[in-house]
Amino acid sequence: MQVEPRSRFDNYVVGSANRLAVAAARAVAESPGGVYNPLFVYGGPGLGKTHLIGAIGNEAVERAPELNVEYLSLEEFIEQIHAAVAVGEMERFKQRYGRVDVLLLDDMQFLTGRRETQSELLRLFNALQGSGRQIVMTSDRPPSEITDVDERLLSRLSGGLIVDIGAPDFETRVAILRGKSEERKVSFAPGVIEELARLDYTSVRELQGAMNRLVAQQSLDGTLTPAQVRAVLGVDGVVQTPERVPEPEPTLSSLFGGGGGGGDEFFSFVSNIATTVAAQIEPWKVRVGETVAYWNGEGYRTAVLERLMGEPVAPPNYEAVLRGYGHAVEQLRQLEAKISTVDPALGGNEVFRDPERLNEAAAFVEQALAGAVPPQGPQAAFERRSFQESASNQMAVRAADTVIAEPGQRYNPLFIAGPSGTGKTHLLNAIGNELARDGKSRVACVGAQLFIDELIAALQDGQIERFRARYRAADALLIDDVQFVAGKERTQEELFHVFNHFHSAGKQLVLVSDVPPKAIEGLEDRLRSRFEGGLVAALEAPDRALREKLYGRYLGEVAGGDDTELLGYLAERPVTSVRELIGVVHRLQAVVETSGHALTVDAARHELEPAGAASTAPPVTVRQAADVFFLDDEKIVWEWPDVVGRLVEELR
Amino acid sequence: MSLVNYATREITCKIVYYGPGRSGKTSNLHYIYGQVPEDRKGKMVSLATQTDRTLFFDFLPLDLGTISGFTTKFQLYTVPGQVYYQTTRKLVLQGADGVVFVADSQARQLDENIESFQDLHANLAEQGVDPRTMPLVVQYNKQDLPKGLILPVAELSDAINFRDVPEFAADALHGPGVFETLRGISEIVLRRLSAAGSQPATAGSK
Repeated sequence: MQVEPRSRFDNYVVGSANRLAVAAARAVAESPGGVYNPLFVYGGPGLGKTHLIGAIGNEAVERAPELNVEYLSLEEFIEQIHAAVAVGEMERFKQRYGRVDVLLLDDMQFLTGRRETQSELLRLFNALQGSGRQIVMTSDRPPSEITDVDERLLSRLSGGLIVDIGAPDFETRVAILRGKSEERKVSFAPGVIEELARLDYTSVRELQGAMNRLVAQQSLDGTLTPAQVRAVLGVDGVVQTPERVPEPEPTLSSLFGGGGGGGDEFFSFVSNIATTVAAQIEPWKVRVGETVAYWNGEGYRTAVLERLMGEPVAPPNYEAVLRGYGHAVEQLRQLEAKISTVDPALGGNEVFRDPERLNEAAAFVEQALAGAVPPQGPQAAFERRSFQESASNQMAVRAADTVIAEPGQRYNPLFIAGPSGTGKTHLLNAIGNELARDGKSRVACVGAQLFIDELIAALQDGQIERFRARYRAADALLIDDVQFVAGKERTQEELFHVFNHFHSAGKQLVLVSDVPPKAIEGLEDRLRSRFEGGLVAALEAPDRALREKLYGRYLGEVAGGDDTELLGYLAERPVTSVRELIGVVHRLQAVVETSGHALTVDAARHELEPAGAASTAPPVTVRQAADVFFLDDEKIVWEWPDVVGRLVEELR
Repeated sequence: MSLVNYATREITCKIVYYGPGRSGKTSNLHYIYGQVPEDRKGKMVSLATQTDRTLFFDFLPLDLGTISGFTTKFQLYTVPGQVYYQTTRKLVLQGADGVVFVADSQARQLDENIESFQDLHANLAEQGVDPRTMPLVVQYNKQDLPKGLILPVAELSDAINFRDVPEFAADALHGPGVFETLRGISEIVLRRLSAAGSQPATAGSK
């Protein structure tokens, strides 16, 4: 908006009430951005704030015509923001104001409560001041009294010079009135101006309005005398300052007054126009226009639709074009969502905003996806059907089957705890393989250590968003050895967010640890409570029935391995884990291979029960201890079954 | 500036009251302004710029509210009639969607009327607008004056309205004919929307 050309320093009357303000304004006009930046002028209404900043603008341009001076009221600024947002032209708006050399903003008191405007202003101020451009503002109150303004903005408003303009004194009022009457080329009888100045008008605008009335009266009745002034103005003595809007200029409306004001003619005109408009508005253009406005508001390019609107008559296929546009936007959105799972940073790409570039967007996504590696999946070697069920692991296995049948529905999360070698990893991967079967769902199956390593790598590369997105893209998350996150705060935080994402999205989580959540030390309570929120199932050391089944399976191919007596003997021997049992199997296989004979109970006993040991002593451990004392497995604490569980029990 | 903006759902219509000095253009605007109900009154503005001489024109924004879903705004302007305000006249005429030619019905003003009407055509042509495509109505104002002073409508029509555009007799000071004129020009302007098609609906908007 243009600065009012009549607002100049040479027609601005300086008095004691505004001397400082004028001096500061002149200094600013002489070197914009050099001194007092920002300059904040405040004072009551009608005291010349707008005139003063207008004078700054005019003076600055006069001195340096190449300067880009922008004058507008805050309300206009707000409207422009809204308009820019409505048509999706915010960028252009920012660019436009970024080029302003001197920004003159009127009526800053309207900032109260306008959060968006405040943040926009803050950004603009930073940009302008950062490059040494001048800002001048006016308000009817000092910055500190404008309520509900962002602290940061407030500090910027007050950061330069704050000056006030007071009500003019009698002498100043006389000077103002003389100036105005000269400007209007009217002459008053001696004493009229003084009489007018004596009246208690606190605002210059009101004073001017009063003078205008005198001018009008004088043009009708001939020269006024000072005695007539009060009568003409309808005042007796002191004038209160009522809340009326004085006319700043002798607009025609003020001269003409009401003029009937019936409004009938006006309304009949409006209804007439309405009929004409309704007949002229083309429904198809309205539809296209609506679509343009809507998608523009959503941030999509609508050039193709705008071209459509340029057609003189409704194109026969315009509905199809609109539908096609909607489809294209939908596809763009899907592509954008897809790529966001890989790298959220790519989601904001310009290419997803223009339906005309759909193919480009698709290619872009494909390229990005090709470069992205999903999190590790389950290992195919661990199959569900090779996992033997028995009383010792029944609960965990049943839970696993439930999870496979209804992922995310029943036990979420499923937490499997059991000592090492009891088949946790097998079960975990088996769940993963079943869930991922036939590409039903994307399963992330990782060890906690890998999760930690990847997180650290992501943090190093600043790719944390990408890290999260990779995991979030999965339909199920299976984590092995989750106890490793203990004590690692950052990992736990990340796991917490990932966990919440999966849980709230109804996606299955399976966690595996050597101990139940409550026994993991260094695990944050928020994670512990979440881990315990589903089902905690224990995998225990294999019982006799399971041992017999397992020996039967593993020794099935070994000569003599199907001997029931042998299997009975072996099944009697307790083992702490399946892994230990498999160790036994390997030793027996070695015996068969070296001796070349079929396996018998005796051979097995000979191998597994070292000479010298009491035949009744249960040869439990693979770790053969030399000292007899240690052969009693109850004495060796790490051989106790479920040691931690028992310790915890003791501690309680 | 396009007359109908389907994207922002706005109709903006700029109508310029043209005519010789003292023919009653401002009176037209004032009568209209007086008829606008208080709650919908915008401010009528007389804009002025200051160089060594003062240039004036009147501006009356008319907010007609929402019509068929479109925010409809009329902007009424008057040009200064005096011959020496040529620059201002051209300025105001820019981007006009329609023109009301206000003629002074007084017999002794006939030459001024004709001169101003020619001036209008010359100015439009200068802005690259074919005057024949510009929506135009003629108003014969001051029909309330004594019959001895004015020319009858038929005679005025013969002298001025060679293009045979819609014409209205009016008494702008008291109202008769004012809204009829405005309605007349508005309808031509609005009708032109569809007739004009893809052609720019505004003058000088190239």
